[in-house]
Amino acid sequence: MAGSSPAPKRLESVVEAVGVSKDFGVVRALDRVSLAIRAGEVLALVGENGAGKSTLIRIFEGVFRPDSGAIVALGAQRVFRSPADAHAVGIRVIHQEPDIIPDLSIAENLFLGDLRRTRRIFFDRGDAARRTRQILAEFGLEKELEPWTRAGDLGPAQRQLMEIMRALRGGLRVLALDEPTSSLTEDEAQRLFRVVRRLKADGVAIVYISHRMREVRELADRVAVLRDGRLIVDRPIAEIADNEIVQAMVGRPISDLFDRSERRPGPPVLCVRGLTTKRVKDVSLDVRAGEVVGLAGLIGAGRSELAEAIFGHDRSLAGSVAVGGRAIRLRSPADAIAAGIGFAPEDRKSQALLLLRSVANNISLAVPDLISRFNFVRFGAERSIAASLVDRLRIRTPSLDQAVSKLSGGNQQKVVLGRWLARRPKALILDEPTRGIDVGAKAEIYRLIAQLAAEGVALLVISSELPELIGLADRIVVMAGGRIVGELPRGEAKEERILQLAMAEALGEVGEARIN
Amino acid sequence: MTEAKTGVAAGLAESRAQKSAVRSMIERVGTHNLSLLIALAILIAIFGGLRPDVFFLVRNILNIGQAIAILGVLATAQTIVIVSGGLDISVGAIVGMSTVYIALAVGWTGSPLLSILFGVFVGAIAGVVNGVIITVGRINAVIATLGTMAVFRGVAFIVSNGQSISIFDPAFRFIGNGKIFGLPVTIMVLIAMVAAFFVLMNYTVTGRNIYAIGGNQVVARLAGLNVRAYQIGVYTLSGATAGLAGMLLAARTGSGQPISGSDGLELEAITAAVLGGCALTGGKGTIIGGRLGVLIIGVLDNGLILTSVPTFYQMVAKGVLLIAAVIIAELQGRRYG
Repeated sequence: MAGSSPAPKRLESVVEAVGVSKDFGVVRALDRVSLAIRAGEVLALVGENGAGKSTLIRIFEGVFRPDSGAIVALGAQRVFRSPADAHAVGIRVIHQEPDIIPDLSIAENLFLGDLRRTRRIFFDRGDAARRTRQILAEFGLEKELEPWTRAGDLGPAQRQLMEIMRALRGGLRVLALDEPTSSLTEDEAQRLFRVVRRLKADGVAIVYISHRMREVRELADRVAVLRDGRLIVDRPIAEIADNEIVQAMVGRPISDLFDRSERRPGPPVLCVRGLTTKRVKDVSLDVRAGEVVGLAGLIGAGRSELAEAIFGHDRSLAGSVAVGGRAIRLRSPADAIAAGIGFAPEDRKSQALLLLRSVANNISLAVPDLISRFNFVRFGAERSIAASLVDRLRIRTPSLDQAVSKLSGGNQQKVVLGRWLARRPKALILDEPTRGIDVGAKAEIYRLIAQLAAEGVALLVISSELPELIGLADRIVVMAGGRIVGELPRGEAKEERILQLAMAEALGEVGEARIN
Repeated sequence: MTEAKTGVAAGLAESRAQKSAVRSMIERVGTHNLSLLIALAILIAIFGGLRPDVFFLVRNILNIGQAIAILGVLATAQTIVIVSGGLDISVGAIVGMSTVYIALAVGWTGSPLLSILFGVFVGAIAGVVNGVIITVGRINAVIATLGTMAVFRGVAFIVSNGQSISIFDPAFRFIGNGKIFGLPVTIMVLIAMVAAFFVLMNYTVTGRNIYAIGGNQVVARLAGLNVRAYQIGVYTLSGATAGLAGMLLAARTGSGQPISGSDGLELEAITAAVLGGCALTGGKGTIIGGRLGVLIIGVLDNGLILTSVPTFYQMVAKGVLLIAAVIIAELQGRRYG
């Protein structure tokens, strides 16, 4: 084994999968995958959802054991019976939702199980604080955080860094990050990248799972593409173009993702005037028939809050919302729905889907009038409505009775969209419609948005992925601090301009940015 | 070559179809209901084996039915409350209060029908109170109904002066002990209630929406449902059903007693619902499952009496049953969820 690799010594393999296969029932999650993870290198692991990325990571982490093949770590074949075995050789995984104990402080979370004691009884607060400050300083967080801050009060980015700090404690050799930037702002992501680069310089092997091509390009030295459980590509990033990577993921060439044809929007459909809630300040906005308006801004800018206010989920303190020229009394989402608005919220699992219920039930949830007579469900009508939407949206499900929890993220999102399409809405608000879904499903959702616009639906789309927003929208409205701080027509919507506007609030240049 | 291939393919498809026939039957019954049926069969085998002379007599089977009628009605309503994501532990107290008001109403009006309607009405009002406290006051359902349980019990004692009030109306004697075509009236009431609730939960939009608010209130609200109205409705239904159960109890005992319904009826109703596969987190559970839970409790009760197990041990047995049911449900959830 030793010395068989021609790679220079600095890039020796820390942990390696050799012909690893894993089956779940009849599904082959991994099919003879051989992949080396090398010290001092960032390996981007990409693939559509269900391609086997998570399974592979969980095998490295000791959660699953391969059905065949082997794991070689530090030059010897090993069997990881539990994550503790993987931790022992220095393999750590930072999951999308870091597991911290919210009611304990940062210091306690960091040194859990390793708190030094004074006189064998009380733990040494001074010592823990000192060590925590030291670590915070290494991460450039000493001004931002105190050792005794409650971990539950941290933002997602800070929690993630805390997880990395904790991982560093035990002689870290391999750090795997699973979609680490999905809930981070641009700034936070950049800070994370700095940490990753420093760890790499220290000789840590990094495995970086992401859906975002730009990050992969920015950070990775090597890219591995999984598709249907097989390793399709394993090459240095410099030798492969973006479209080749995407093609390897999808298995077919992707033509232009976005419909660039010129749209001619009709009259205003959704008119918001002076809408104010606790988190949204005096927002006025028009979305016209057949128009796609993108809503950009940093996390916490108030975009989702604006969507929820328009939809009547959040109590509005002032202002009005009108659909098709008619003002609506917004007491609850039911009023917005009755007026012809549909809303696919940010977190589909906790806000949009009844996970235990069937595809048909989830699609028909907002159209009780169409599927019932005298309160009795007309099962035939329900099934035909659901079936036509499953067909139209190409929702991949074994049957209409399948529980939505069993579907992939992309198909779940399509079920949510199907619920609103069943109502034939005049206006549709989509909050992060492609978060956490694979490239193929993304392309389908882009196509659907263009198609709905062509049918005359007014669309308001929120997204943190700027290239996506720029590709989709006819014009982009930028929010910061609960207000609209700028608007850019399609031709002028460039990432730098949007970010400039989005961050202007923080820099105290709102007025200037508007003039720009 | 192609012929052979299609032959094999056809054979495969056939065996798959057969497999799926058994599978689809299991799916239709539900894995949880299936395990309840197996548990029920085991209990029947044990007690039938120990007392074959008595256990299988028609008289004894009807006894079981009569014994579980009141619990069965309550557990049906409790199932719906739990599916909606709530819990109603005031039902036992509402039963007691209802018996008292019915007995008083018989004295005032002399009309059994009006008295029964009055009892159901009182129960419904109690349910509205629960619902409003929980939704408008935003108070945890367990705490809220724990409080109202004491209130309703107190009201029953106040209006009855702490006394048992006898009912001499023959209509009540008929409901309590009479039979139509050999079937006790109480069992018929139970069957009617179960059928009504079954239809409600499985064939109406209302039932669907109750599952929805129990599954996730935010999702339900964002889909345009009036979550509060549904919650108040569910507690009202639970209260009215407890009022009806009070009617059955008053008819069985021939009296209105403020103390009645206080012997852990609400806990047995919750036990039955959980046995039947309800998740206390809401959104999950079936009317039929709840009924099987009640049957298991009824058969267990009856069998323990027939085999002369002392009363105190019977309580222990029931508690063990509840815990075992939850553990099994948990294990199943892990396997199938």
